Amino acid sequence: MTRGIKKMTTEVMDAHDMHDDHSPAKGIKRWLFSTSHKDIGTMYLVLSLIMFFVGGAMAMIIRSELAIPGLQFVHPEFFNQMTTMHALIMVFGAVMPAFVGLANWMIPLMIGAPDMALPRMNNWSFWILPVAFGLLASTLFMPGGAPAGGWTMYPPLVLQTGDAFPFLIFSVHLLGLSSIMGAINIIVTVINMRAPDMSLLKMPMFVWTWLITAYLLIAVMPVFAGAVTMLLTDQFFGTSFFLAAGGGDPVMFQHIFWFFGHPEVYIMILPAFGVVSEIIPTFSRKPLFGHDSMVYAASCIAFLSFIVWAHHMFTVGMPLTSQLFFMFATMLIAVPTGVKIFNWVATMWRGSMTFETPMLFSLAFVFLFTIGGFSGLMLAIAPADIQYQDTYFVVAHFHYTLVPGSVFAIMAGTYYWLPKWTGHMYNETLGKVHFWTSTFFVNLTFFPMHFLGLAGMPRRIPDYSTQFADFNTMASVGAIGFGVSQLLFVWVLLTSKKGTKVTAEVWDKPPGLEWTVPSPAPYHTFETPPKLSDADGFH
Amino acid sequence: MIRNLLLGFSVLALADTAEADWALNMPKGVTELSLETYNLHMMVFWWCVAIGVAVFTVMIISLFRHRKSKGAQAATFSHSTTAEVIWTTIPVVILVLMAVPTAETMVRMEDSRNPDMTIVVTAHQWKWHYKYQDSNIEYYSSLARSSVEARRKGTDIDPYSVENYLLDVDNPVVVPSGAKIRLLFTSNDVIHAWWVKDLSIKKDAIPGIVNEAWFKTEQVGTYRGQCAELCGKDHGYMPIVVEVVEPEAYQAWVNSHDAGH
Amino acid sequence: MPEKNAHRSLVGQLLILTVAMFGFGFLLVPLYDVFCEITGFGGRTNPEAAVVAEAPDLTREVRIEFVTTVNSYAQFEFAANADSMTVSPGKMYYATFTAKNLAGEHKIAQAVPSVAPSGAAEHFTKIECFCFTSQEFAASEERAMPLQFIVNPELPDYIDTITLQYTFFDTAPVAAVLEN
Repeated sequence: MTRGIKKMTTEVMDAHDMHDDHSPAKGIKRWLFSTSHKDIGTMYLVLSLIMFFVGGAMAMIIRSELAIPGLQFVHPEFFNQMTTMHALIMVFGAVMPAFVGLANWMIPLMIGAPDMALPRMNNWSFWILPVAFGLLASTLFMPGGAPAGGWTMYPPLVLQTGDAFPFLIFSVHLLGLSSIMGAINIIVTVINMRAPDMSLLKMPMFVWTWLITAYLLIAVMPVFAGAVTMLLTDQFFGTSFFLAAGGGDPVMFQHIFWFFGHPEVYIMILPAFGVVSEIIPTFSRKPLFGHDSMVYAASCIAFLSFIVWAHHMFTVGMPLTSQLFFMFATMLIAVPTGVKIFNWVATMWRGSMTFETPMLFSLAFVFLFTIGGFSGLMLAIAPADIQYQDTYFVVAHFHYTLVPGSVFAIMAGTYYWLPKWTGHMYNETLGKVHFWTSTFFVNLTFFPMHFLGLAGMPRRIPDYSTQFADFNTMASVGAIGFGVSQLLFVWVLLTSKKGTKVTAEVWDKPPGLEWTVPSPAPYHTFETPPKLSDADGFH
Repeated sequence: MIRNLLLGFSVLALADTAEADWALNMPKGVTELSLETYNLHMMVFWWCVAIGVAVFTVMIISLFRHRKSKGAQAATFSHSTTAEVIWTTIPVVILVLMAVPTAETMVRMEDSRNPDMTIVVTAHQWKWHYKYQDSNIEYYSSLARSSVEARRKGTDIDPYSVENYLLDVDNPVVVPSGAKIRLLFTSNDVIHAWWVKDLSIKKDAIPGIVNEAWFKTEQVGTYRGQCAELCGKDHGYMPIVVEVVEPEAYQAWVNSHDAGH
Repeated sequence: MPEKNAHRSLVGQLLILTVAMFGFGFLLVPLYDVFCEITGFGGRTNPEAAVVAEAPDLTREVRIEFVTTVNSYAQFEFAANADSMTVSPGKMYYATFTAKNLAGEHKIAQAVPSVAPSGAAEHFTKIECFCFTSQEFAASEERAMPLQFIVNPELPDYIDTITLQYTFFDTAPVAAVLEN
């Protein structure tokens, strides 16, 4: 069986490929032509970190401008470019690649596979990304500037974009292509390459949530690609899919966009659920509560995500029956999401907890994501949503789910698996400092935004009435504090190899196959499929 | 007794200043529907608080009691069908309790019967156009001059010195109190959204499409709002001002308008 | 080598799914039209002539308001001859609009209809309308344009006023204008 897989991979790759060697190639070639899931995983994570800082720098510009009333630093045009690019870069450049990076590194190790199923495609799906972001970033220097119509790209506004427009569309196509290739790879790996006695329901939660996420990606990224293609033809080839003058309908774009966009938000959170579901049991020293119901809950969320899209559109003028349908469907999502949160709490209950950095980030995730979930439930109530829509309340909501939600889960995962990657323990003290400063500042940044939104501040405005000043100043101070805290994260990562050497297990009897291979994980792992044992957390 | 009274007053006074400078919550607004919306908002909010308190209490107790440093021994349980059925059912019940009054409000929001007057609102980049149906009153409404000068980058004007900075217009919408006002929204270029929070109205103005909303208030006053859908570079600079006046004052306004044109 | 085949067939299936979903994105366009016409979503009215089946409900009165908007890039005058009319559901009515080309050249215009409230759209049926096709105007031409419509007796009780809006677009310059 292993021979089969190995033969296959070598056959797919060039004859001189390094995969058959027992050590990686040297220098730049190792990375450019890499087909190793570990190297590609590392590259995804590094790219994601860089993009996190690029998008973060844009956030700093946004928050600096908003620190006090009046226009101090940038013009409104540029401000809109910053909000648009910040969103695109954070969604497609920071959060999604980080999870793909974690998947690349950990899924083969967690299911006992020697590598991803399609290593050559894996290389491609990574290297498309820098090209796409190069295209996207180049628009900042074009006449008319970068896209400024919001990451949601609503026509007709987006069609007013200058020279950047086709570059925006092509970079979105490339990002979609990369995601789809990554998703196909993950599905094939998970379905075909699990250790022989690992049944689907024995898979670790991180693998499960990624399997569901990968299916979501395949289902919605092509739809998104189709939508932006229609924008392109409307602009350049005389179609009028979305132009009222030609018989099109601008609202239709919103339907198609959110048909993609709502599952997309679960694409960004389901793997986070997976990461947290790995970490909490380890540091509670107790098995994950309700593994199977977690799987059903995640599947349920994925299914519901396809039938709730129009809750982003309660102000476009929908008939009452449609509004009611989308409201009820949206409220239902609270049930499986609640199940997940209750299960995490039940996992901690009567455990024997310790609070290392990954656990701290996971606990903050549970607390703060729940707050994002609450504001999500409030947003489901259509009459109230109409008042929240396009205000800072929404900004607060989705940043709570994405920053102390997805980003904290990524950081938790990074701290959790970092010793496995490097073979050394990171600086725990600095890790904890990073955690506490991040948590303090993330709340200082985003909590006041709830009040701003309720008090009536619209989102995506470069300047505001003086009544909103205090909370904006608070949020800006918080944002800069959060930004600076992340430099500490980079420091911890850069110095991680100076720490003490760790054992294969790293933590106190963590469940999962990834802890049965030595630390650092050797270049080749699981060339013979492992046997599952109770000691690894498989019962 | 006197002490209590004093205490009560000081709390009220505090709350008052807090409301003036630190608006924390959605306003109750001035229409029946805005009050209903506010009540729905508060209802869900308190449900969330209740659920949050329950979940976080359990979690915090666990964080303090079940820690290794206190010698806690890990249990080995990994599921409990009873618990799972309970925490799936209870949320469903809560959701139904929330959904019923919400649906009732939504039905009332759609009831635009018997309007006393209709105003057609056409959005432009970056101003509003108002046309009073069945009359010849129509005009554009843009950001007030005082704000136009103060909003420029690098200006010397302190935004705090401008009254209603960015929330004032040259020509407000004037309507009579006690009348049911129907608004029709459309756009000339891109999508905008007309939002006045005290009237609890936020509706998209979309090119080629007409949308409808209505309000009715007895409370005379000036209500301010802004465009709520990103519409290009001056999206932040197209405020909305609605002046609700006594019917007589409204008639006077109409007459002066007729005279002026 | 069963794994290789397993990979191949799974990749094949997933690729088919991907292509299908890309196609589905485009399929959403006609699906959306159908959906809109059934539900009146987006104020969309039935674009096709309907047969009058029911008897008119003469006990009920519905006010029809006409709102005309000329897109600022279109050099046209366009208005309804009467701002409103009162109708009975189930009965056929006529209304006339007048459009004038203000430009000194030949123009093609398109009137885009929309109905509010959205719950009324599915019950408002146009039997004949100048909005079904684009309209050609000679330089400075002025002409009357007829509308023939019927309000379905199943119109919900909570609606007593229907607004029919036409936005008048010049079909030519939209793309050019949007670039500015």
